[in-house]
Amino acid sequence: MSGIYTLGIDVGSTASKCIILKDGQEIVAKSLIDVGAGTSGPQRAIEAVLENAGMKKEDMTYTLATGYGRTSLMEGVADKQMSELSCHAKGAAFLFPNVHTVIDIGGQDVKVLHIDNGAMTNFQMNDKCAAGTGRFLDVMARVLEVKVEDLGRLGAMSTKKVGISSTCTVFAESEVISQLAMGTDKCDIIDGIHRSVAHRVTGLAHRIGIVPDVVMTGGVAQNSGVVNALQEELGCPIKTSPLTQYNGALGAAVMAWQAASRRK
Amino acid sequence: MAKQVSPGVLALRKVVDDVHKDAREAKARGELVGWSSSKFPCELAAAFDLNVMYPENQAAGIAANRYGEMMCQAAEDLGYDNDICGYARISLAYAKGVRVSRKYDKETGEYIIDPSTGKPLKDADGNVIIDEATGKPKKDPKTQTPYLELDNLYDIMAMPDGPEKDRRMEAISPIRQMRIPQPDFVLCCNNICNCMTKWYENIARMCNVPLIMVDIPYNNTVEVHDENVKYVRAQFDKAIKQLEELTGKKFDEKKFEKACANANRTAKAWLKVCDYLQYKPAPYSGFDLFNHMADVVTARARVEAAEAFEQLAVDLEETIQKGETTTPFPEKYRVMFEGIPCWPKLPALFKPLKANGVNVTAVVYAPAFGFVYNNMDEMARAYYKAPNSVCIEQGVDWREGICRDNKVDGVLVHYNRSCKPWSGYMAEMQRRFTADLGIPCAGFDGDQADPRNFNAAQYETRVQGLVEAMEANIQAKEA
Repeated sequence: MSGIYTLGIDVGSTASKCIILKDGQEIVAKSLIDVGAGTSGPQRAIEAVLENAGMKKEDMTYTLATGYGRTSLMEGVADKQMSELSCHAKGAAFLFPNVHTVIDIGGQDVKVLHIDNGAMTNFQMNDKCAAGTGRFLDVMARVLEVKVEDLGRLGAMSTKKVGISSTCTVFAESEVISQLAMGTDKCDIIDGIHRSVAHRVTGLAHRIGIVPDVVMTGGVAQNSGVVNALQEELGCPIKTSPLTQYNGALGAAVMAWQAASRRK
Repeated sequence: MAKQVSPGVLALRKVVDDVHKDAREAKARGELVGWSSSKFPCELAAAFDLNVMYPENQAAGIAANRYGEMMCQAAEDLGYDNDICGYARISLAYAKGVRVSRKYDKETGEYIIDPSTGKPLKDADGNVIIDEATGKPKKDPKTQTPYLELDNLYDIMAMPDGPEKDRRMEAISPIRQMRIPQPDFVLCCNNICNCMTKWYENIARMCNVPLIMVDIPYNNTVEVHDENVKYVRAQFDKAIKQLEELTGKKFDEKKFEKACANANRTAKAWLKVCDYLQYKPAPYSGFDLFNHMADVVTARARVEAAEAFEQLAVDLEETIQKGETTTPFPEKYRVMFEGIPCWPKLPALFKPLKANGVNVTAVVYAPAFGFVYNNMDEMARAYYKAPNSVCIEQGVDWREGICRDNKVDGVLVHYNRSCKPWSGYMAEMQRRFTADLGIPCAGFDGDQADPRNFNAAQYETRVQGLVEAMEANIQAKEA
């Protein structure tokens, strides 16, 4: 087996993701387990990615952990840990070399990163409030009795604007329940939720300044409703990738390769 | 080996201890003791030999001693909303007589020890000793503390004299911030914060004491105009009359001039101490400045404060000559820390900074309290400028000045839930710092006194992100 193989592990608050990269360029395998920090998720994700690649942990020249649970892997699993901020920047730069702004909406964090020459030089994050995060959308999907992955499709069928004004997840939940009680169409409510998320994230993005190309990463980037609402609010196109959920792990694998190259 | 404390730091500690001791003794003699906002002109009170205590410093001390949450909740129980400043909530609860007290057995009088407190006992090899009966680490009894509960000073005062009353009084936490006498008057200047006005009105009403108020409106220009100076000067004159009525004494010009001379001398020495942070590596951590704030606020008109800061400057000069620093880690990055620290969470605040070699080499307090003047009008102009009474241009100018002088690589901003005016304009300030200085900024959520508003894991990620951005920035500049 020739080449340098590096493993990037992103232990988020709601999911664990892994990427194996060959020579810092080619994605060999990936895995995703739907539970994150403090669970069996990270270990299962590592086992799955190695199985998908047909490789062993010993074949990995360098392993780098990121995400909320990154430090838990520093005992015997990872060679190094870095914040998810830098890893998302690196992952986005790998997928979109001209990126200057990354908007990442994860399970409990919203980040806006400014990138120069592939490295993060400044950033903004949400405060402790979970509004506008993936968890916010999970809660709303549950109340609306729909699958979170269907939100984008259902929101696109909206015919009327409905405002969801509360910034607090708990109060927004009550607001959605009131709308349902009034007989408002679910699709209209979902569209209102998407615009509410976009509005909140836009406020954060404007603090740091929007410089194209703008890339959106994280699980919520799979929701076309949020992406479209954000494009409308920001007034510029947003790029996404099918690998969006793996972006942090990808960045970690790229950084692992850079570290391995320096170590040679 | 115990950490060496410099003569200057020891002198500064004594100055604050004496401020507290003098107030307690004055109260015991039946003399008036006042409470004052941190940037009320202390020179006026000094002209009447009045003992004055400072609720902001008191609240910071109470919060740093981990009593912030109990006191904040006590204020909330009184009806104060938890959106109100944590310092104000602690102070209002205290004014109402609320005290943190040590729980004791009513029959034996012995304190009841909280088993969850204390440090683990270690054997000669440094290993933690496990209690075989419980399977948990044995605790060093010397480090264990009693359970805490809330008591009320006015309830205790209403008790008949006797050992029971004395025992309950003694059980009040021994920290000096829990032993501050109740106020006989309050001095409020809202230059430091607009919440101050209602906070002090409430204390005055609660304790039925006179309020002497100096109103300083927000200044939307960099310069302080002559009309503004006249407005404040007239209030100084009125405050003097009110103090004359309160004390039954005439305003003593000589004592006032002496207090002004001391305050100016303290300010100059304070600025000199602050300027030592310009050295690379800095001879101390900027967090130490926060500790010395107590002296600048509570004792700047005392000659002992001026002398103590001058001694500290001498100590720092020696430290520089020896090429040493009191920062307990090698300085790799230098940052400005914006805002008041999260006092209840200082170890958590410091941990990732230490782990990443981040030294705080700039804080905005240096220019905010280092003001010098020559007469009453200049004094009015000086007191017009405080962190929350100046326009954003002045605020940015102050901060960017110390960022440049103290050579920082980044800015760490505390979005302080207690201080809406301060935190409110930080988003725009952050944008300007990055645009003007080309350095990254990171913000984190927290609170100066209420520990419920801080999350260590989120803070650590933001600090690590800032470090990684500073590193990328430094490498880009070098390239």
